[in-house]
Amino acid sequence: MASEVPAFLETAVLGGLVLASVVTLLAGYRVIRGPTVPDRVVGLETIGTNVVAIAALFALQTGEGLFVTVSLVLAIIGFISTIAVARFITEGDIIE
Amino acid sequence: MISTVQAVVVTALVVVGSFFLLVGTVGLLRLPNVYNRMHATSKAATLGASSMLLATTVYYGPVGDGLTSLVGIVFLFFTAPTGAHVISRAAQKMGVPFREGADWPGTVPMHDEDARRDDD
Repeated sequence: MASEVPAFLETAVLGGLVLASVVTLLAGYRVIRGPTVPDRVVGLETIGTNVVAIAALFALQTGEGLFVTVSLVLAIIGFISTIAVARFITEGDIIE
Repeated sequence: MISTVQAVVVTALVVVGSFFLLVGTVGLLRLPNVYNRMHATSKAATLGASSMLLATTVYYGPVGDGLTSLVGIVFLFFTAPTGAHVISRAAQKMGVPFREGADWPGTVPMHDEDARRDDD
């Protein structure tokens, strides 16, 4: 973390990082086992949202504000890929 | 460097965000149907990530990187419902069945004979 922050904040951010990482790994179960394709897409979308949260927490832990921008870019990429997969399911192709 | 009030608020927001992320993933794993799972992830997981980004805003202040994370919150609140809606439409067009007792809005319920007779 950056210079002299309280110990409880450091502990909370570290705990949040660990929990968000574990939760992201657990979401991989739905991606692998999901009975239908939309299940897998929902699982991947959840992983994307969790990685946004991890990037924000990492910006808090390291004190590097650049990782906030990383989380914004990850959110944009996740949204575009979700739309692309949904369009691929319904239409059969993405760009015609 | 940052004040004690700021540190307390950031800690509270991180704890709340962790809780919502946990709820979202439990819903993703435990709910029975793709529509129900989407209901858990698109609300709870979005609130969790937004809470983390709000903690980043409080930490960095309302200019610079804090403003970027505010933009991220607005973006998440626009895109998460849109994505969930598009995926649910795709699932319904694929023919993923609804759970027992649920119907597409505006159609005659398949399980309710009285409502079907009224419609005729």
